[in-house]
Amino acid sequence: MGKVAIKANALIKWFGEGETKTTAVKSASFEANFGELLYIVGPSGSGKTTLLSMISGILKPNEGNVLVEGKDIWKMKSDDIADLRLHKIGFVFQDYHLFPRLTTVENVAIPLILKKMDWNEAIKVAMEYLDIVGLKDRAQLPPVKLSGGEQQRVAIARAIAGKPDILIFDEPTASLDGDTGKKIVEFIKTKILNPDRCVIIVTHDSRIYEFADSIMKMEDGKITAFERNTLQYV
Amino acid sequence: MSGILKIALKLLVNDRSKFIALLVGITFAVFLMIMMMSMFSGILSRSSASVYNIGAKIWVMDPAVNNATSSIPMPDYVLSKTRSIDGVKYAVPIYFGNALVKLKSGAYQAVSVVGLDDATLYGRPELIEGKIEDIYAESAFFVVKDAEFKKLENPVIGTEFEINDHRGLVVGLAKVASGGLFGIPTVYTTYNRAITYIPSMRFTTSYVLIEPKSEADIPFIQQQVKKLGYQALTRDQFVGKISDFYTYQTGMGMNVLMMTAISFIVGLSISGQTFYTFILENMERFGALKAIGAKGHELIAMILFQASFTALLGYGIGVGLASGLMILAKLRLPSYAAQVTYFNLTFAFVMVLIMAGVSSYIGIRKVLQIQPFDIFRG
Ligand SMILES: Nc1ncnc2c1ncn2[C@@H]1O[C@H](COP(=O)(O)OP(=O)(O)O)[C@@H](O)[C@H]1O
Ligand SMILES: [Mg+2]
Repeated sequence: MGKVAIKANALIKWFGEGETKTTAVKSASFEANFGELLYIVGPSGSGKTTLLSMISGILKPNEGNVLVEGKDIWKMKSDDIADLRLHKIGFVFQDYHLFPRLTTVENVAIPLILKKMDWNEAIKVAMEYLDIVGLKDRAQLPPVKLSGGEQQRVAIARAIAGKPDILIFDEPTASLDGDTGKKIVEFIKTKILNPDRCVIIVTHDSRIYEFADSIMKMEDGKITAFERNTLQYV
Repeated sequence: MSGILKIALKLLVNDRSKFIALLVGITFAVFLMIMMMSMFSGILSRSSASVYNIGAKIWVMDPAVNNATSSIPMPDYVLSKTRSIDGVKYAVPIYFGNALVKLKSGAYQAVSVVGLDDATLYGRPELIEGKIEDIYAESAFFVVKDAEFKKLENPVIGTEFEINDHRGLVVGLAKVASGGLFGIPTVYTTYNRAITYIPSMRFTTSYVLIEPKSEADIPFIQQQVKKLGYQALTRDQFVGKISDFYTYQTGMGMNVLMMTAISFIVGLSISGQTFYTFILENMERFGALKAIGAKGHELIAMILFQASFTALLGYGIGVGLASGLMILAKLRLPSYAAQVTYFNLTFAFVMVLIMAGVSSYIGIRKVLQIQPFDIFRG
């Protein structure tokens, strides 16, 4: 097992005030390592997305801190956090958030362009990543012309095009049929994960548990179990 | 172009229907504003045509005059008194009047008659045909070859006509810098012939034209003329007075102002509204960019770029359409009074920038409020 990629310490997040106050995450602490495929599982509303957002620099916790590669990210200025997300973290959103007015390859190029790579160069690199996810021939189509599974792969290509150290997937298989979902995760496990990368997947799809290195369970805002090296038990 | 602006451009332009709606709004507003203001500028510049064509440095007139061609005759002593003011190099009378001429075909046509001082011919036009001395020949007139020329049935040297029962003879054709507003031909003759041929009141001097010894003498001359109960205006002051008259006293300025304001408001609401809808529909995109790592100032740059790109394009098309239409109108109607001035172009440009500014401001406020977490949660 590699070095620690993300360390969360006693994270607490609540929404609203008074009557309407709901505490989404109640003092969560855990570590995710490089080379590890970590699943965060739990029922809907248990705080998975909220936790994921806090560890990836998207949502500021009310209490606790997050170390990404040793750096306390919530002590940083907002532009620096944006830079951290751009350079270190790749996101695959639950509903992909592809840009319908751009071509598929331009979608994949977005993180590269945000990193100020020259346009033509960015398109060239994006093409290589589209090739990795097997969609090179779809490059010039708008993403809406692609199937759900293909769109998911475009989102993955976009997330990995920026060569992030940490990849975050929120329910990547929720809107896919069982077979497609399984293929996607298999692809992540074999092609995307490597010893210098940490991949965190939020899911409640038990059909894909077999690929996890570690599984963390959440219930009602709390981490109720953390099993490392689950593969050994499969 | 930086990649992020290219993305902004693609998001905008690839949204065909909204982009076209935005362009139409701005183009329409620019077109209307330029048309209105150009027509107004055209009319204003025509209204001062005689002042420019005569070219005198100082004009002495009755203070109630507000339009070069409707002068109020002054008694003869005004001329002699102005001649004795210190700083006056020379002063000459000029006559402006209207008359009916009977053409060869028997048709009647109104003309504007300019009578030049017999001794100096001060204010004479540039000649295209004929010699200036011929103006002293019996019944001699020069005809100005402008857009109205053909209303005199295209006369040539030697053509005769009747002017108030007097014989008139064309001895030459002249050219002036600027056509008049009233759509009638202009003829030049001598001062004395003009006042003999055209029935007039007791007083006959329309204006006294003064050439000062130097620019520095002008304020003193003006002051002395004022003591006589008359007004001495430099050319620019006179043009300004005429413009003010048309702008403020005739209601024309107010109408143009209102039309321009309405065009602006209509343009602003169409483009502002459409741009706002565009931003709203793209909130998710901006949110995703923010989540991936775009910074606030980059999103602001994207929106400013989208708004100003549309604004400039709309401005260009609007100016092009307006100019095209004016060129067409001038082809059909030579005396069509409209001119695109730098002021009009600049004014419309500023208005368009305001439209773009307001639209981007609304968009930017909206986009800066987006929480990437909301995008993340779906
Ligand atoms: N922006 C918000 N405002 C109010 N409540 C929120 C907000 N985001 C999340 N919550 C609440 O926090 C809890 C956890 O939500 P979430 O992290 O999305 O759960 P999960 O991803 O496990 O389904 C839920 O009760 C949800 O209603
Ligand atoms: Mg969730």
